Amino acid sequence: MNKHLKMDRPATERFLDETAQNVLGTPMDRPDGPAKAAGQATYAHEWQIEGLCHGVLVRATIPAGRVARIDADAVTGRDGVLRVISDPRMLRVPAQGGANEAPDQGPDEVAYLGQPIALVVAETFEAARDGALALPVEYDPADFTVDPDAVEPEVPKKKQASQGDLEAAMREAAHSVDVTYTTPGHNSAAMEPHAAIAVWNGDDLLLRGSYQMLKYNRNELADAVGIDPAHVRILSPYVGGGFGSKLGITHEAVAAALASKELGRPVSVTLSRQQVFETTMRRSETRQRFRLACDAEGRMTAVGHEVLVSQLPGQQFSEPVTQATPFAYAGPNRVIGHRIARVNRTCAGSVRAPGEAVGITAMENAMDELAEAAGIDPVQFRILNIPEKDPTSGKPFSSHTLERALREGAERFGWSERRAPGQRREGDWLIGMGMASAIRVNILAEAKARVTLEPDGRVLVETDMTDIGTGTYSILTQVASETLGVSTDRVRVRLGDTDLPPGPGSGGSWGAASSGSAVYLAARAVRDRIAEAMGADEVTLKDGHAIAGNRRVDLAGLFDGPVTAEGHVEPGKTMKETRQSSFGAYFCEVAVNAVTGETRVRRMHGTFAAGRILNAKTASSQCLGGMTFGIGMALTEELLHDPRDGHIVNRDLAEYHLPVNADVPQIDVVLLEERDDYASPIQAKGIGELGICGAAGAVTNAIYNACGVRVRDYPATLDKVLAVLPD
Amino acid sequence: MRTELTINGATHALEADARTTLLDALRDHLGLTGSKKGCDHGQCGACTVIVNGRRINACLTLACMHDGDEIVTIEGLGTAEAPSEMQRAFVAHDGYQCGYCTPGQICSATAMLDEVAQGWPSHVSDDLTGEMDLSDAEISERMSGNLCRCAAYPNIVDAIRATARKEAAE
Repeated sequence: MNKHLKMDRPATERFLDETAQNVLGTPMDRPDGPAKAAGQATYAHEWQIEGLCHGVLVRATIPAGRVARIDADAVTGRDGVLRVISDPRMLRVPAQGGANEAPDQGPDEVAYLGQPIALVVAETFEAARDGALALPVEYDPADFTVDPDAVEPEVPKKKQASQGDLEAAMREAAHSVDVTYTTPGHNSAAMEPHAAIAVWNGDDLLLRGSYQMLKYNRNELADAVGIDPAHVRILSPYVGGGFGSKLGITHEAVAAALASKELGRPVSVTLSRQQVFETTMRRSETRQRFRLACDAEGRMTAVGHEVLVSQLPGQQFSEPVTQATPFAYAGPNRVIGHRIARVNRTCAGSVRAPGEAVGITAMENAMDELAEAAGIDPVQFRILNIPEKDPTSGKPFSSHTLERALREGAERFGWSERRAPGQRREGDWLIGMGMASAIRVNILAEAKARVTLEPDGRVLVETDMTDIGTGTYSILTQVASETLGVSTDRVRVRLGDTDLPPGPGSGGSWGAASSGSAVYLAARAVRDRIAEAMGADEVTLKDGHAIAGNRRVDLAGLFDGPVTAEGHVEPGKTMKETRQSSFGAYFCEVAVNAVTGETRVRRMHGTFAAGRILNAKTASSQCLGGMTFGIGMALTEELLHDPRDGHIVNRDLAEYHLPVNADVPQIDVVLLEERDDYASPIQAKGIGELGICGAAGAVTNAIYNACGVRVRDYPATLDKVLAVLPD
Repeated sequence: MRTELTINGATHALEADARTTLLDALRDHLGLTGSKKGCDHGQCGACTVIVNGRRINACLTLACMHDGDEIVTIEGLGTAEAPSEMQRAFVAHDGYQCGYCTPGQICSATAMLDEVAQGWPSHVSDDLTGEMDLSDAEISERMSGNLCRCAAYPNIVDAIRATARKEAAE
């Protein structure tokens, strides 16, 4: 009685529009909220375990070479230091998202400065930290490269594409731009540093950690340690933010597991904030050349997007900057280029919305430049160039909401008040407006979930899926509540335990639609059992009662025992046959100080569409968060690498500047009503990353409108604005 | 070394390394894990607790310096079952997402309202001596020592404004 659905056909039966509970989509408070607000939610480092000892990772102080000698005796035994662990199974880099196997191991081979090379374990955190700082290490240094511009980059054949004749189109166009934008590296900087507590029971490893994708993390950890995944259980019921940095298993998990095995005691390892910067994934810096052209009416004829990113030697992942370029805007002549500079810098990987976060951002700047060259309003210019179908593959869009988002957002924001650049001044402040489109590819991922109707009418939802702040507890509660007609306070959701049916993990914005669909399918199976028990073909379920014919029966007591079903959703033909994306539009008003060049964001608005919205409150918060990432990207965030050895100079929160409360205005978010039948059985698409995919472009376009300064080198710090600010 | 800490009205005898921060004492020795460690350097505010009525970063002070002080942590403000007004407002306004910075935000906001009531000015105050008007700009400025990467800032401002108005009406 389980339910499996492969998404081979559009889900035109919109069942959840016909149900009676009317809770899906409402701005319900998070069920996990009261515990979080009271400090009672237990994060990875916080389990109270008898006999726990503490490990601190030791960092390499050279950018490349071999660890020749570690003098463990110099610190062992002193001040409660129990052991120095330097095991070849420890990780050199974290696992990339979805790796499903151990990443590069062997910490004695140093690939970047700051790489963990050993673990010092002690009775107390203080002693472990002191031991880690005091541990004598000798190296055999090797040659290295840290400047992406100084190496001959790799040009992977599979990542180049072209159609038509871009050069001819550029030559013949009425208007064109050939501009290069650069974005610096970024760090996810989730507020909870990576942490793990390992406990062994015989051959079984129990790891309490902070990870996003447990189905894969279990296999990665097992592979790294060298045991069968059946002997590994990971618990991550609460994750203090991830943004990509916790997609794969990270150094602390393997180090804690190995140390715990060796010592026969539970071991806790938490990365320091500096280690989070140095050893978890960075978003690569990018250099992006745009060649865009249009005819005299503003219809685009050319889209060229060629990028340079960087990565460690041997790593497959490279920032997919051009991911949405093939379908974002119309134009018959197209070129996509992708080059990778191999450098000894911290491993590059996923940071919120890999690809579009930087690719659409810079694209939206270049579009702003072309709109101006053509003398067309930027909103109109984009509407004019929305393609009928994917201009690269020729596939139809599953749905396309960009025009609606642009029009409704512009109206709501008051875009018609925008003036020509540099025309509005209030005292020392130059005021300007900018906009950008939001575009993010949509993905459905395989997911399973279990739903149980208890004999007392309560409902239990179970999956290994995580809630990293995204609202999983909320939306799965609502999907089950809606499908089974049970009030939300009678639904309990258990997450973040590898013993539970595997979900897709939190990443790539696929979590809500995928796990939501799995829960929906499981609940539909339970519904079928209820109908059967009622002796009816169809039932109405509402407020804990089943209604069929003229009977109304309490779900409590309908069955003698629990009724359990598993739901299983898989992507299918609809994903291959249609181009799927979520869309939106950003509008921003900034004030640029005419004396200092400082930029303040005064107003920001986002209108977004992502299929069926499952919880208006959590979806809106995801967009707020994404747009704030955009403000950081536009104005302050920048990983700085020492040109001598590549190390990250600003490796803490005092030097790497996240937006603070005073940097962010009361952002306005509007979610459009939409159903995408091709996206998932519940007509929902991803929204978690949509809010960042272009947001920074709206800010920098507003800076241009305010003062006529086009900053093409992110972030738009005041020195860059001031240098070219008109008198 | 031995220190006597008064936390949320209860006395705790702490036997710990002199290098133990107040934050690590709370989290690793006393099981009070509501206060969070985000940076251990006073840069994020996740560890904010209230000591003798003032909000401080618990990671920037040693436990042994607080013998006899009155310390209030998130656990002392309310529980999931019986939350304070501020805790209730953070949930209602979605003033958090992952929840990791939240206890620090709530401790900070609770103490901040007291500072305003006592007439402390901030960087954005127009008048340094007059009565404080709790504008959104004042709330944002005074809460800028508490980072939130999920970026619930607008909702945090909403929650604090609602709490302040409710308290003023009572």
